[in-house]
Amino acid sequence: MPEIMYREALNQALAEEMERDANVFLMGEEVGKYQGAFKVSQGLLQRFGSARVVDAPISELGFAGLGTGAAMVGLRPVIEMMTFNFAFLAMDQIFNGAAKIRHMSGGQLRVPIVFRGPEGTGGRLSSQHSQVFDSIYSQFPGIKVVAPATPKDAKGLLKSAIRDDNPVIVFEAERLYAVKGEVPEGELLIPIGKAEVKRVGKDVSLITWSRMYYYVEQAAAELEKEGIHAEILDLRSLRPLDEEAILTTAKKTNRVVIVEEGWPHAGMGAQIADLLQHKAFDHLDAPVLRVTGLDVNMSYAANLETLIQPTLPRIVDAVKQVLYRQEK
Amino acid sequence: MATPVQMPTLSPTMTEGKITKWLKKEGDKVSSAEAIAEVETDKSNLEVESYEDGYLLKILVREGQSVPVGAPIAYVGEKGEKVSAESPSPPQPAQASAPPPTDIKRPPPPAAPEPASAPTEIKRAPAPASPKPTPPSGGQVVPLRREEAAEGEIRLRASPLAKRMAQDQGLDLLALQGSGPQGRIIKRDIEAAIGQGGQGGAARKSVPFRALQPQLERRPPETLPLSSMRRVIAQRLSEVKPGVPHFYLSVDIEMDEAMKIRQEAQSLETKVSVNDIVVKAAAIALRRVPKVNVSLQGDRFLQYSSADVGIAVAIDDGLITPVIRDADMKGLASISAEARDLAERARRRSLKPEEYSGGSITVSNLGMFGIDWFVAVINPPQAAIVAVGAVTERPVVRDGQVSVRQMMSATLSGDHRIIDGALGAQYLRELKALLEHPMRLLF
Repeated sequence: MPEIMYREALNQALAEEMERDANVFLMGEEVGKYQGAFKVSQGLLQRFGSARVVDAPISELGFAGLGTGAAMVGLRPVIEMMTFNFAFLAMDQIFNGAAKIRHMSGGQLRVPIVFRGPEGTGGRLSSQHSQVFDSIYSQFPGIKVVAPATPKDAKGLLKSAIRDDNPVIVFEAERLYAVKGEVPEGELLIPIGKAEVKRVGKDVSLITWSRMYYYVEQAAAELEKEGIHAEILDLRSLRPLDEEAILTTAKKTNRVVIVEEGWPHAGMGAQIADLLQHKAFDHLDAPVLRVTGLDVNMSYAANLETLIQPTLPRIVDAVKQVLYRQEK
Repeated sequence: MATPVQMPTLSPTMTEGKITKWLKKEGDKVSSAEAIAEVETDKSNLEVESYEDGYLLKILVREGQSVPVGAPIAYVGEKGEKVSAESPSPPQPAQASAPPPTDIKRPPPPAAPEPASAPTEIKRAPAPASPKPTPPSGGQVVPLRREEAAEGEIRLRASPLAKRMAQDQGLDLLALQGSGPQGRIIKRDIEAAIGQGGQGGAARKSVPFRALQPQLERRPPETLPLSSMRRVIAQRLSEVKPGVPHFYLSVDIEMDEAMKIRQEAQSLETKVSVNDIVVKAAAIALRRVPKVNVSLQGDRFLQYSSADVGIAVAIDDGLITPVIRDADMKGLASISAEARDLAERARRRSLKPEEYSGGSITVSNLGMFGIDWFVAVINPPQAAIVAVGAVTERPVVRDGQVSVRQMMSATLSGDHRIIDGALGAQYLRELKALLEHPMRLLF
């Protein structure tokens, strides 16, 4: 199986879906001539022409709305947000438009649209450009949210997102674009709403998604040296949540640590912890712990940027706490 | 105007209540329906609520003190208001005097007066007594407001998983040492307890064995106060035995077939105890012999139309008989789950009065203590009680041959004022037939 980068996997998914369905088109800032701010759309303009790879002006509200309208009349737009930090401007179209049209039209109109782009810590981009939106987007009924960690999942989930008849948010991570992984060539569909056990263990369940998956893998390797066998569940989709997979791993290990890049307050992990206390209460041997980004605005200083994100020691500590290996 | 807060009637048999804890201090703001104190009644610990909005002006009854129902325990009124001079003086503690005579119109207490025990499945040791020798605040009872628990009171910490495992294994959490933070009992503690002793593990023993040693220093016996529950049991028992003429009928029941149900349950990963099967059989037998499903009430009697069966549950310093309603119509798994839940809550003293009243018959089982045969005292106003012993292999003669069968003895005590020996025999015959041919439980 060829090993390719996350951005190449997304590129493959876009090219394959545009090849497969003439209604699919890509629109966003710098997706055409510049070949994409993160080179996800490399070669697509040359291959599919400027009618299907559309350079939009810097007006997120405008092209998010244009995309929503196009989806309502039968096209399947993929709207690239240069980063989701800029999509704040497009929120009315995404949440009041795309997410609600099917409901408001009594099911007469479908909105098969994908909003995709990076989120999360970039690298000294400071507070306005380093944000995680998992929890905000996942709150809204009417949209689906995926956040793939590996190139393979990125390809399979983007393809499923384009074929889905509902609005789907695809959260990529700025720092994942160059990550390499094995990706099958050709058709690859990963169902939305299905988590994956990426590492099998028996002592503790580490639930995570997107870029934090790599932190968690590192922590698991560290813990293994101390004889702690951690299971890693990569959620891959944030809405719908794969409740069954979450409950299965929790019931297996009896201890759960949720690792997320976003803020702690009303974060995605809080929703998962709620699910666990509600549906796996009698299986928990310790309180569910969360390792999150710190409850502050992201710093520009590199050393602080590292510390604001979840760190390896914080993950390892949390695991030892739920295992009662250390008092806290 | 200051309004008195009175000791409320919190259970059908309550004549007095002991304040175990004040949840508000003098001067605190209180609103109507807000709990201001905890009261230990003869059955459980409950909260007293204020009926008024205002301020707690004066507390009349100290923690640990008992007063009769209706006596003022505190005053609520405007901020800073003085309690008027004509307000009655603090009531005399009721504990000193004899318990007030029972109102004969009040339904007699549902407490089974026999030292019966929990359903077989729940083999927990009774909870050890409170660390406080003379608890002024009813120390052995888990406080209703846990966060406000006074120093020294037991606050059992265990993870949800540990609690479930303990229940499944029949372990007594109170007998375990927790290794988690603040002594929380966690999975590994349960596993250690199972590993240590399995069935005979330390946690299962109610009383640790101690060799008798001659005492060098002889001390006079210690005088200790009775708990409210023990006082009620003592009082009722002395009324029941002379008051209700008992007759007794015994029968040996072959349990080989019934025991297969337990194996069947295991293969379905369900737990069914002998007691659960007896409860269901006792209920169906009530249907077949409805004349036993009665209760004498003065010059009248109640004929019940549902088959509700009490189960005697031993708890710390007493016992209580929660009732499984419509046990004839319930599956064994649901009887089992309900029995466990009722027993568990009985131990925590959180049963509601309606959960331990009614029914015409109780099943009391001492099998788990190795008792083969015993006689139980009727739990009025019920008409009968069935005392069942352990299921043991015994030699029996069948077709002229001695063979080994799993036998259980059952003894029915009947209230002779309302049922007769022949009727009791008919009931027992039905019960025996159901248990020996448990397929009939299906019909």
